[in-house]
Amino acid sequence: MLSKRIIACLDVRDGQVVKGINFEGLRSAGDPAALSRRYNREGIDEVVILDVTATIEKRKAMARTIHAVAQEIFLPLCVGGGIKDEAHADAAIEAGADKVSLNTAAIARPELLTALARRYGSQAVIVAIDAKREGGGFRIYVRSGQQATERDAVEWAQEAADRGAGEILLTSIDRDGTKSGFDCELTAAVSEAVSIPVIASGGAGTFDHFVDVFTAGKADAALAASIFHYAEHAVTDLKQHLHDRGVPVRMGRWARTGAAESPA
Amino acid sequence: MSIALIDYGAGNLTSVRKALTHLGARFETPAGPAALPDTHAVIVPGVGNFEVTAALDAGWRRAIAGVVERGGLLLGICVGLQWLFEGSEEAPGLPGFGALPGRCRLIENPDPDGDSADGALFKVPHVGWNSLHRKRDSWVLDGVEEGDQVYFTHSYAAPVGPDCIGSTTYGVEFASVVERERMVGMQFHPEKSGDVGLRLFRNVLDRMSA
Repeated sequence: MLSKRIIACLDVRDGQVVKGINFEGLRSAGDPAALSRRYNREGIDEVVILDVTATIEKRKAMARTIHAVAQEIFLPLCVGGGIKDEAHADAAIEAGADKVSLNTAAIARPELLTALARRYGSQAVIVAIDAKREGGGFRIYVRSGQQATERDAVEWAQEAADRGAGEILLTSIDRDGTKSGFDCELTAAVSEAVSIPVIASGGAGTFDHFVDVFTAGKADAALAASIFHYAEHAVTDLKQHLHDRGVPVRMGRWARTGAAESPA
Repeated sequence: MSIALIDYGAGNLTSVRKALTHLGARFETPAGPAALPDTHAVIVPGVGNFEVTAALDAGWRRAIAGVVERGGLLLGICVGLQWLFEGSEEAPGLPGFGALPGRCRLIENPDPDGDSADGALFKVPHVGWNSLHRKRDSWVLDGVEEGDQVYFTHSYAAPVGPDCIGSTTYGVEFASVVERERMVGMQFHPEKSGDVGLRLFRNVLDRMSA
């Protein structure tokens, strides 16, 4: 059975992870490569690096970060944040990304999705949608949630899929950072409208929030950042929690054989 | 003598190169089929549409077939597995390598109008981690256990035939690992499938270097 994916998000600035680095005794938590190594050991399914600065001067540093993370994991690696054109996407993929995520640039220039899908295949093109509840619908915001658009999230998700996007990374602006749970209504509305996978993001605070978004929210994957930074084994424990509640996830062999101990 | 990683424009080879380097394999990407007589193993990667395999023209086919005839090993990954078959309905006019019988077909949704029995809708493409079911013993699957998961991203899939050594079920059962004589195919991406993927890759590379 196809597993529900658990994706760790690294918000990176100047080569360092900027969220949730206050876990005591984990000195390397700010280093994206060290954090990726730990997540890989704990059983993460995929890693997303979001460059929260993404200025021209910082792009070379970003390429070094992507390369360093790619050396640590043999898992799908997605890079997003400030990818404006094909050259930016090329640089990220050249540095070791398997997928690129586009947000503001995709709304401004939807044909970019098609161009990148032709070049790298749809599986390499993720459209990131930041949505906020407004007037009974879900309005899209761009520029890191700062600027409202006239677009509706469900309708844009369908268009993006038609134009060649292979997955949707859907963030609820209302829930982001609140730890009050994913927006399951938003996620289900988009997931039911498209045939490509939907990655839910924004609001993860407890393990049960993941159960909710995989059942009521009909998400194919869920992404979080700080919930994984805080505690060692958080990824392993989350997967065990989901497994125990009947949500299909990729487990280590220790789980299938029924042994209680964690993997070495 | 080395491994030839065929770069025929089918997307991004960075992660395949990274895995090969990590596993200590010596490989090169030949500019054309003329370089293949000095090669003892061939890897045909591939992402995206079956149409990209049109770049593997008669010259490439003859050279790759020559490597296999001389006792070399051929590994096809993703679209590279599909190419081992007679063709794919994704690009009906385009013949595959034709070493394995049957054609690749679009993954069918057994329940297109609603939820399946387990409550999950079968979206196409099939993206994510799914289990391998061992169909029969093979050196390719050494160290791989029933139910081990690997990373897929594809819409078309190969039929389960006599050469299928590992299958995966997503709505329908399809061939996720094939082996026939010195030809191996993997529908998933071993280079993105964690420890299980690296083990599968290593099994093939060990044979290639032997």
